[in-house]
Amino acid sequence: MAHLSEASVAKINEICDRYVEEKTPLMMILSAIQEEYGYIPLEVQEIVSERTGISVAEIYGVVTFYSFFSLQPKGKYVVGVCLGTACYVKGAQQVIDKFSELLGIAPGGTTEDGMFTLDALRCIGACGIAPAVTINGKVYPKLKVSDIPGIVEEYRKMEA
Amino acid sequence: MAKINIKIEGIPYQVDEGMTILEAAKACGYEIPSLCAYNHGECSKGSCRVCLVEVTGARGLVASCVYPVNEGMEITISSPKAVAARRASVELLLSNHSMKCQQCDKNEYCELLYAAKVTGAREDMFRGSQTPVTIDRLTPSIVRDTSKCVLCGRCVERCKNAHGKGVLGFEKRGFNTIVAPAENRSFANSPCILCGQCVSVCPTGALMEKSEIALVDEAMKAGKYVVVQTAPAVRAALGEEFGMKIGTAVTGKMVAALRRLGFKKVFDTNYAADLTIMEEATELLGRIKNGGQLPMITSCSPGWINYAEINYGDLLGHLSSCKSPHEMFGAILKSYYAEANGIDPKDMFVVSIMPCTAKKGEKDREQLMTNGLKDVDAVLTTRELAKLIKRSGINFTKLPDEEFDNDIVGDYTGAGVIFGVTGGVMEAALRTAYYVLTGKEHEAVKFEVVRGFDGIKEAMLEVNGQEIWVAVAHGMKNAQVLLDDIRAGKSKYAFIEIMGCPGGCIAGGGQPFVKPQFLPNEDADILDTYKEKRAAALYSEDERQTLRQSHNNPQIKALYEKFLGEPNSHKAHELLHTTYAAREAFRD
Repeated sequence: MAHLSEASVAKINEICDRYVEEKTPLMMILSAIQEEYGYIPLEVQEIVSERTGISVAEIYGVVTFYSFFSLQPKGKYVVGVCLGTACYVKGAQQVIDKFSELLGIAPGGTTEDGMFTLDALRCIGACGIAPAVTINGKVYPKLKVSDIPGIVEEYRKMEA
Repeated sequence: MAKINIKIEGIPYQVDEGMTILEAAKACGYEIPSLCAYNHGECSKGSCRVCLVEVTGARGLVASCVYPVNEGMEITISSPKAVAARRASVELLLSNHSMKCQQCDKNEYCELLYAAKVTGAREDMFRGSQTPVTIDRLTPSIVRDTSKCVLCGRCVERCKNAHGKGVLGFEKRGFNTIVAPAENRSFANSPCILCGQCVSVCPTGALMEKSEIALVDEAMKAGKYVVVQTAPAVRAALGEEFGMKIGTAVTGKMVAALRRLGFKKVFDTNYAADLTIMEEATELLGRIKNGGQLPMITSCSPGWINYAEINYGDLLGHLSSCKSPHEMFGAILKSYYAEANGIDPKDMFVVSIMPCTAKKGEKDREQLMTNGLKDVDAVLTTRELAKLIKRSGINFTKLPDEEFDNDIVGDYTGAGVIFGVTGGVMEAALRTAYYVLTGKEHEAVKFEVVRGFDGIKEAMLEVNGQEIWVAVAHGMKNAQVLLDDIRAGKSKYAFIEIMGCPGGCIAGGGQPFVKPQFLPNEDADILDTYKEKRAAALYSEDERQTLRQSHNNPQIKALYEKFLGEPNSHKAHELLHTTYAAREAFRD
């Protein structure tokens, strides 16, 4: 547990204390930490447990139940491919497969250089523009598999 | 409590308002098949769907364990629809369940198997994929096998209720859901204290002790000098495995059975409990006299020791350095006893029958070895002893009553017997501490105030005009209160007894299962009363003893005269005392 800096520990404790009046504070605490750090590893869960009295087992359960929370750091660019019914019918599986192939990672994974994370999402409510992909919030509507190499290249160039 | 009118199977009844259908039906004499009903609601309610019934006017079938009764409700348990639904619920559970019932250590007490029988569930009704399986055999105490887990959550609740922050939780979701320590770690790398309370409540073989019967078999086969000792709490519960009423002490039959199983000597751990009291009381008085760290805390319960090392590493100086009684006995057997009888300690194999799963881990501690030998070589739970007896064709209930061996070790007093229940170590220590401080026996032998099952008990003993405050806690949730006070520097106590399991050893994680569906001759409230009944068996054995104070045990006196010198002597320290080390909750 000794991997975190004192400043990080203080920050996590401060986040926990924000919701001390709440009856069921765990979701709010974890959301705030996810937003602040981008992920919630076990070391952080231990600090939350220490501060709130909620067991690590329970915290871990919540973190692994909601796909919104992550145990690993996400890449700089998070590619979210919608696999909801409408997108799926419109070929989303081929879309995610192409991203997988080009980035060299399985859905849920992050590239070694920390640049890209590939997420499979359930319906994101954009069925009218299926198949839909989001990259850090930017929406790519009616995406064709043939467009994907260009998009990936574009992001890689931005970082070069 | 207000009464309301309901109908079950068309027959009118009056039941308490606020009851669930399951409770109401039970009160009216019905047993709705269920997986959880027998366990005080210690489960994730409503998830297993085994207790479905029909309620007139309700939209579908309802889970009776969570559905409250209301005025005029009409309930049907026996309708074809409800019967088929309950059967299907069990069949669904079976479809994702390892079906190796024959090899399963829990099969005699499996509640899923029982529910399958009652509902008529068939194998292989639903075929499909299976949840990925984890089998954790890394600890010496407990095996976790997710292929047998029904996700009832009883273990999660029990762990939390007993110890505050639980170790187990639900992980992931949907079909991948499992019950596990965080990150699906082994218990060995988690804050688990190995108490086995989860094993006591698990309805299936998903959680079970790690058997050491094979170790004993090997030692016997190798021709070792195999001796056995039994903890006090074992005699208060072993009979249950053979259909005897809860609370029946079976000391004499247990001894007879152990002799027939081929053990060279059959000893009572109570002898060593008396020895522990001599060492511990002396240590306490030394600390009081010399300004040592107070309060001093007992160290008999290995579950508690695990908890202290993981969570209160800064307070380890408060723990008595005394080994637990069975470890002391092992050390004495392999030195004093072996010497006197011309036995090579290397040829000796000490087996402890314990009500405990954590003791299995305790015996493997490096700090509990003397001259390169383990003090104790194998630990069997009360349940494992029952298996050994059944396997060997011994008709337990027909056995004569026999006496423990006590040639030069083995005699015990009433003080040793009550170690098996919360408050017992304290009471035994007070009897002797008072004597050592004043030179006379305390007027009343009994210290009623430390008896009973309150989470935290306290007492004051006036000695030579000085007030000595003591406290007793069982279950880590209760212990935390006392420990946090020590940490904050505001504890008024000189001496604290802590036991890992709620109720103490009589309700330890290695004791026979108390599952009402398998105990048709017990009262309906047996889950509320079994601890008292087992405790009563121990207190009455204490009453029957002529000697009831550890310091009056003649063999203990002789042990000091001939071998150890005096309590806390250099030799006593070598053989009977130990050390502790702080460790991290989550080890990599």
